[in-house]
Amino acid sequence: MSGQWGYVTAAYVMVLGSMAAYAVWTIRRGRRLARRLPAEDRRWL
Amino acid sequence: MLHDALLVAGKDLRLEARSRVTTNLVAPFAVMVLLLFAFALDDADVLVSATPGLFWVTVLFAALLAIQRAFSVESADGTRDALRLSGLDPAGVFLGKAGAIVVQLLALELLLGCGVALLYGATLGGPVLLVATALVATVGVAAAGSLYGVLAAGLRIGATLLPLLLLPVVAPVLIAATQAFIAAAQGVPGEGWRWFGLLAVFALIYITFGIFAFESLLEES
Amino acid sequence: MTIDTAADPVAEPRRRFPGVRSEGTGSRGSRVLGLVTLAGMAALLLFGLVLSPQDPGPNEMGQTVRIMYMHVPVAIIAFLAFGVTAVGSIMYLWKRSEFWDLTAAASAEIGVFLTAATLATGMIWGKFAWGTWWVWDARLTTTALLLVLFLGYLAVRRLPGPPEQRSKRAAIAGLIAFVDVPIVHYSVDWWRSLHQPATVSRFDPQIDGLLLFSLMLGMVVFLLAYWWLMIHRFRVALMESRLEERGLDVALAARRAEAEATAPVAATPAGVRP
Repeated sequence: MSGQWGYVTAAYVMVLGSMAAYAVWTIRRGRRLARRLPAEDRRWL
Repeated sequence: MLHDALLVAGKDLRLEARSRVTTNLVAPFAVMVLLLFAFALDDADVLVSATPGLFWVTVLFAALLAIQRAFSVESADGTRDALRLSGLDPAGVFLGKAGAIVVQLLALELLLGCGVALLYGATLGGPVLLVATALVATVGVAAAGSLYGVLAAGLRIGATLLPLLLLPVVAPVLIAATQAFIAAAQGVPGEGWRWFGLLAVFALIYITFGIFAFESLLEES
Repeated sequence: MTIDTAADPVAEPRRRFPGVRSEGTGSRGSRVLGLVTLAGMAALLLFGLVLSPQDPGPNEMGQTVRIMYMHVPVAIIAFLAFGVTAVGSIMYLWKRSEFWDLTAAASAEIGVFLTAATLATGMIWGKFAWGTWWVWDARLTTTALLLVLFLGYLAVRRLPGPPEQRSKRAAIAGLIAFVDVPIVHYSVDWWRSLHQPATVSRFDPQIDGLLLFSLMLGMVVFLLAYWWLMIHRFRVALMESRLEERGLDVALAARRAEAEATAPVAATPAGVRP
C-alpha cells in the first residue's frame, strides 16, 4: 500500500514541479525581455 | 499543373541520369545499411522475420538522402530563384519533385528487395499487395518529404533538420508498410489491405497538402 | 541597444497590488487568474489525494488511481495546446496576423512540456501496472511520437531568417505535424492491437462519484493553468518579436548613420556614394 503512495507522490511532484519550473522560467524570461524594451513596447497588443 | 510537373520531374531525372548520385551514392549506402542490420542482429532467423521492417527502415534512410539531394540541386548556383521565377505552377513543381523522388526510390526498393531476398534469405509473397504497398508508401514519403525538403533546403542545418522533421511524420508509413509486407509474406493479404488503405490516405493527404502549401514554402526561401 | 533608464524609469507600474512590480508579463487579469488557478490546484490536491477514495473497482489500482487526476487532464490539455497551435497556424496563414503566429508558437511550447509530463506520468503509472518503465502500449507510443513531432515544430520556429518567412514555415510545419496526429493514432493503435489481446485490460478504473468530480475538477484547473501559462508565454513571444523588430531598426539606423558618416554630404551626380 505504501508503495502505491510512492508512485502517486512521484507523479504529482513531477507534474506540479515541472509546471512550476516552467512558469518561473517563463516569468523570468518576461522580466528579462521587459527590461530590454523601452516602456512603450511593454503594452500588450 | 501536370505539364509543369512532368517538366520538373523530367529535369530532375535527367540530372540524376547524368550525375548518377542515386545510383553511385545512395544505393550503396542503402545496401550498406542492410549489411549493418545483419551485423547488429546477428541471428539469421531474426533477420528473416524482421526483414519487412528492416527493408522499410532502410528505405526511409535512403529517402532522407534522396530528398536532400533533390532539393540541394537547386540551392547551389541560385537556380532556386530561377525555379520560382520561371512561371511554373508551384503545385506542379511539387508534384514533379516528389515524382522524381518516387521514381528513384522505387528503383532503390527494387534493388533492396533483391538485396533482402539474397542476403536475408527472405521470401516474397503476395506480390500484388507488395507492389501496391510499395507504391503508395513511397508516394507518401516523397510527398511529405518534399514539403519538409523544400523547407529545410538552403539552410545550414537543413541536413540535420530534415530527419528530425520527417521521420516522426512518416513513422505511420513505416508501421503500415511493414505490417502490409508481413501480411503479404504470411500469405494473409486480407489483413494487409487495411494497412494499404492507411498508406493511401497518408499519401493523399500529403499530396493535397503539398499542392496547396508548396508555393508558400517556395517563396522567399 | 541601450535603454535610457534615467529618462524612462520603471514608471507607471500598475499598482493595484501594492508592492508588486509590473515589470514583466504580469497584469491584473493574469494575477487574478493565477490566484484562482492556485486555489483550484489546492482544491484538486485536496480532492485528489485525500477526499476521493482509492479505486473501488476490480482492477486493484488502489491509490494509484490518483495519478489519473494529474495524467488525464495534462494529456487532454496537451492535445488542446497542439490543437490551438494548429488553429493558430491556419489563422496565421489566412490572416497573416502576428497574434495568431505568436499564439501558435506559445501554445506549442506549453504543449511540448505537457506532453512530456503526460509521458512521464504514464510511465510512472505503467511501472506500477506492468512492472516496467516502458511498454509499447498504444497510448504511450503515440504520446512519444507526438512529443518528437512537436519538438520538430519548435526547431522550425528557431530557424534563422526573416520573421515572416520563419512564421510561414512554422505555420506550415505545424499543420503538417498536426494532420499527421490522427494517422499516427490509428496506425499505432492497429499495430498494438495485433500484439495485445483484447483481454489484457488497461487497468482503467471505474469512474463515478467523487472520482468523476475530482477528474472534472482536474480538467478545469489544468485548463486555467494552461490559460495562465499561455498569457505569459504569449507575452514573452510578443516581446521577443518586438525586440527583434527594434534590433532590426537599430541595426538599420546604425548602418545609415555609418553611411552618412563615411560619405561626403554633397551628392555626386551619380548619386550618394555608399
